[in-house]
Amino acid sequence: MTTAPRQPITTPRLVVAGLVVCVVLAAIVSFWASGHPDGLEFVAEKLGFIDSAGEHATGDSPLADYGVAGIDNARLSGGLAGLIGVVVVAAVAFGLMHLLRRRGTTDDQD
Amino acid sequence: MCNKHVPVRKGSDMHVPDGFLDAPTSVATAAVAVAGVGLALSRARRELDDRTAPLAGLVAVFVFAAQMLNFPVGAGTSGHLLGGTLAAVLVGPWTATLCLTVVLAVQALLFADGGITALGTNITLMALVGVWAGWLVFVGLRRVARSAGPKVVPALAGVAALVSVPTAALAFTALYAVGGRAPIPLGELTAAMVGWHTVIGIGEGVITLLAVGSIIATRPDLVHGARGLLSARPLQIRTEVPA
Repeated sequence: MTTAPRQPITTPRLVVAGLVVCVVLAAIVSFWASGHPDGLEFVAEKLGFIDSAGEHATGDSPLADYGVAGIDNARLSGGLAGLIGVVVVAAVAFGLMHLLRRRGTTDDQD
Repeated sequence: MCNKHVPVRKGSDMHVPDGFLDAPTSVATAAVAVAGVGLALSRARRELDDRTAPLAGLVAVFVFAAQMLNFPVGAGTSGHLLGGTLAAVLVGPWTATLCLTVVLAVQALLFADGGITALGTNITLMALVGVWAGWLVFVGLRRVARSAGPKVVPALAGVAALVSVPTAALAFTALYAVGGRAPIPLGELTAAMVGWHTVIGIGEGVITLLAVGSIIATRPDLVHGARGLLSARPLQIRTEVPA
């Protein structure tokens, strides 16, 4: 815990702290997520058009429906899928934003 | 039931699966998505610099993680964050469009969440409508509350986020009216979609308020939606040690 209130947290620290939170949410907290159908699914079931959904083209992906194929333990399977998702999204998003950014900063700091 | 392997779960909230919409509608939304993302790729450069690019990466990861966390909204229904408004307020609307697009593409390709042929539809609904509806409401509110300074940014973002969810649901209903494959009474569909997604929007608003609030509290200078509000404040000298 930092004690200097006027000292803002540096960007790298903020990003690392944020990523830790994301890993905890995706790999651990996600186990307790509601398994109820979501808003769109619920409406589609109620009004009777859920069956028009086709088989998913990547439905046999080893990570389909946020589980890792071959791992029976739901907590481990879902947690690992969440962790893999975080790593993949991070790799693509940080890479893309890094490529697109303007060099330097308009105002200083960091 | 609390895991993600219940057979009924074919996708997440607002993630349109393959087959709901007919081919012409899917092709049309794919064209809209390509145009929107293409424009975002060129415009996001204005929003991204060495300071904000890492935050944009973090925002994408946060939206992915938060979208795994379905929260119950009653009557056996759940919802989860869409994240468009949250992303737009933190890193700017063009960059937010790209953040959401990355998340949706990874979800569809890797996790079978949201259809492949429906990817254009999902990008249109969440990365374009969700982001821009939220951003425009936020900008409107900010204009009214300008004198209040950056402290109100999280609350304004929360309200804008709430509005963005039923707006995206309404956009889905419009697409369904044009290209839905199963015939459904439109009045009933509109009422059900907008009704449930207004309830889900409350969760969206709360999460957005908390997430934007946490960045405003630590690094308000990084928040895109707070720019202009901060410049009215006196400059202060910071003794920051580069990490």
